Amino acid sequence: MVVGLRNAPQIDRVFHALADATRRDIVRTVLVQEHSVSALARRYPMSFAAVQKHVAVLEEAGLVTKQRRGRESLVRGDIDRMREARDALDALERMWRDRVAQMDRILAEDP
Amino acid sequence: MPIVRVDKDLENHTMTVVAEYDAPVERVWRLYADPRRLERFWGPPTWPATVVDHDLSPGGRVTYFMTGPDGEKSAGYWDVLEVEAPRRFVVDDGFADDSGQPNAKMPTTRMQFEFDERGDGGTTMVVVSTFASTEAMAQLLEMGMEDGMREAMGQIDGVLADGG
Repeated sequence: MVVGLRNAPQIDRVFHALADATRRDIVRTVLVQEHSVSALARRYPMSFAAVQKHVAVLEEAGLVTKQRRGRESLVRGDIDRMREARDALDALERMWRDRVAQMDRILAEDP
Repeated sequence: MPIVRVDKDLENHTMTVVAEYDAPVERVWRLYADPRRLERFWGPPTWPATVVDHDLSPGGRVTYFMTGPDGEKSAGYWDVLEVEAPRRFVVDDGFADDSGQPNAKMPTTRMQFEFDERGDGGTTMVVVSTFASTEAMAQLLEMGMEDGMREAMGQIDGVLADGG
């Protein structure tokens, strides 16, 4: 996981992929249960091609995987990659929590 | 706990930190306006900051470096855009090279600091960081993931995790 976080181009792609509301919703959906691209396409007021494109962006970022089953492509979410994204965002938050706590300490010591 | 809220918004590539202090606005302001106080909290615990130049006025610049556990240095700077002491200031925070000159290859982050007086004499601080893009946000996070910083941040998380 740590190695993944150090891989800048990959985390760029993950953040880019998650910066879109439809793509976030797709990830949430396929983390719960795998869906075919056509089943996903029915959920959103947009063309099949547009949904397919969103899935491709998520797949490139490693947030979902596609598996061929018969004539369908089944899309499934990758929970580890989601955790990486969450950990990266948490690190940013921790840096600020740290600063804020230290500011509080200085204020307490140094009237 | 001094932290009230941290909101991370990938869509708009911003992060908003809201914190409450039991100290008047002027004292919280002084933590930024005084370089010796600023360097006591700006760097992570294992990467303490040293502030070199400190001109917190519009058009001014603040330069600093942080020193890691093995003596490695990471330099940064603020380009100061707006200052309304003691209520508000806006800077572009960026990376610098060893001589303190801005590294144009790295994205800058706009940070807006606001300090508001609470009814009870305390201060609410709101810091809005706006990253150049979602990708820039990821890139800066990746920079912050260097070993020492990551460990330090993990320790702090342990201390603060329960407080929310």
